[in-house]
Amino acid sequence: MKGILRLAYKLLVNDKSKFTALLLGITFAVFLIMFITSMFSGVLNHASATVINIGASVWVMDPAVKAVFNSVGMPDYVLDAVRSMQGVKYAVPLYSGGALVKLPDGTFQSVTVIGLDDTSLFGRPSLLEGKIEDIYTESGFIVVRDAEFPKLENPHIGSELQLNDHRGVIVGIAKVTTSGLFGAPTLYTTYERAIQYIPNPRYTISYVLVEPKSASDIPQIKKQVEALGYQARTKQEFMKRTADFFIYETGGGTNILIMTAISFIVGLSISGQTFYTFILENLERFGALKAIGAKSRDLVGMILFQATFTAFTGYGLGVGLCALLIALAKLRLPSYAAKMTFSDLLIGLGMVVMIATVSSYVAVRRVLKIEPFDIFRG
Amino acid sequence: MPNTAIQATGLVKWFGEGEARTMALREVSLEAQFGEMVYIVGPSGSGKTTLLSVLSGILRPNEGKVLVEGADIWRLSPDQLADFRLGKIGFVFQDYHLFPRLTTAENVAIPLILKRKNWEEAIHEAEKYLDIVGLKSRAGLAPVKLSGGEQQRVAIARAIAAQPDILILDEPTASLDGDTGHAILSFVHKNILNKDRCILVVTHDDRIYEFATRILNMEDGRLNGLQERPV
Ligand SMILES: Nc1ncnc2c1ncn2[C@@H]1O[C@H](COP(=O)(O)OP(=O)(O)OP(=O)(O)O)[C@@H](O)[C@H]1O
Ligand SMILES: [Mg+2]
Repeated sequence: MKGILRLAYKLLVNDKSKFTALLLGITFAVFLIMFITSMFSGVLNHASATVINIGASVWVMDPAVKAVFNSVGMPDYVLDAVRSMQGVKYAVPLYSGGALVKLPDGTFQSVTVIGLDDTSLFGRPSLLEGKIEDIYTESGFIVVRDAEFPKLENPHIGSELQLNDHRGVIVGIAKVTTSGLFGAPTLYTTYERAIQYIPNPRYTISYVLVEPKSASDIPQIKKQVEALGYQARTKQEFMKRTADFFIYETGGGTNILIMTAISFIVGLSISGQTFYTFILENLERFGALKAIGAKSRDLVGMILFQATFTAFTGYGLGVGLCALLIALAKLRLPSYAAKMTFSDLLIGLGMVVMIATVSSYVAVRRVLKIEPFDIFRG
Repeated sequence: MPNTAIQATGLVKWFGEGEARTMALREVSLEAQFGEMVYIVGPSGSGKTTLLSVLSGILRPNEGKVLVEGADIWRLSPDQLADFRLGKIGFVFQDYHLFPRLTTAENVAIPLILKRKNWEEAIHEAEKYLDIVGLKSRAGLAPVKLSGGEQQRVAIARAIAAQPDILILDEPTASLDGDTGHAILSFVHKNILNKDRCILVVTHDDRIYEFATRILNMEDGRLNGLQERPV
């Protein structure tokens, strides 16, 4: 069989123009789907940036919360109640909300403010400059250096800013991934200062972050929180909820989903069609092989090999091209939200496997129907 | 080895059904011995190619029986039939059917590769057969770089590479000029035919009749008037 496969390989790649067309088709299809899904993964990953950065394993929230950036305030007793629940090692509050910063030139810039628990500073960011304890100093704020950073006119340690008519001082510069989806810079401060600076409705706690005694305590914590009328989600569940919100409840997400489906279909039909054309143009060859004495399974083996070889070569090229483009885009735009995840790779792989399967199925059916007599007659 | 290579009796083959039915073979019987070079001649449409196909396991007859070396080939399974063609029959197709993307040597190696020989061995052996037809120096070239006569010789080398007992040539000189066609058939007669091999040739070309051991006349699906020829 090895010799027969080598024969199949030669018949395929020696026909340079057709092989190139085939590869281009598959590479393009893979690139398209990989790029869209990577973009999607990137956006979703960014959307859940706060959940990842804060790092708490369980989040307690109002059941109405659909995504991490859409928090709904909860009254203080929720924190106390959670703290006394069974299986809870400790629980801290988190504030997350928007505010307006007045820039020296008099214009306003909206920002996201994250208020960390005063005693533990749970979820603290890693700092590029400054010390985390300085967050406790009078009016201390830490600013995140991300793509939105320049919108605050590139502040440095000691810079002052006006936040809702209160004075703030930058005491540190942090490096964390931020959502980058809303175009607002991010500031960290303490929970108490956040609720003092930012006018709030009655309820002020955005999230209660919980560390369970052990992972096996999570189910009972969930039950107890539910009995209280609230909802506890694990980090993964919360990220999934945020992603689902994006995919199914925003126009952008749904569009990307539709685009993914379309590129899947387009990719499949372009490459399937090219492969089928290749087989049609080689029918005479297959017929001659059949006349000489190739068995059906030899021909099936050849076709499967050709389809698989082309599909995987195209897959490699498509993935490579996509990675290259994302890397280039990131060079120019550091916060560029695209990320090739393992599941994106799997989706691309699934597509090429499907391309290979569908086109070889069609091709095999066609080739097995050839009458060697027709070849013989010329 | 029994001396009868092919023994066919009562072959009937038609194409299409009802009104559109054409009879291609009407009760054809024939016998060919090893060591013979049998010609089948006759007008266009008389059923020559159909007969060759039925005899060589390519086209199933509607009626009749084909024994090759005593075995009834039309009772074989499709895989056995493929093995039969691969092992016992060498084909020289009318328009050669060489693979343009393969080298000459690779073309000749095809039956050997289908026989599961490993690649290097098959190519090596193919070069031996190219040598026999006088084309060893062309082993690495694409078939399109060769002249018509040379391509025909490559097709012959491919047909004999698996050392078949029976060689089938359909209009081997149709696309060659007279001298080249004559030279090639002379070559086949001298170097490929031997006492353990039977060669069937379909042709229109009376300039190559001199190489036939027997000439059979075909007309309207029937073999008639056996033309015996002194060799
Ligand atoms: N697949 C087919 N479908 C229908 N009719 C066919 C088919 N193959 C052959 N025929 C018919 O069968 C008859 C014999 O054809 P065949 O090809 O055997 O003739 P031939 O003697 O080889 O002719 P030529 O010298 O032109 O090659 C012809 O009338 C032809 O039209
Ligand atoms: Mg014919």
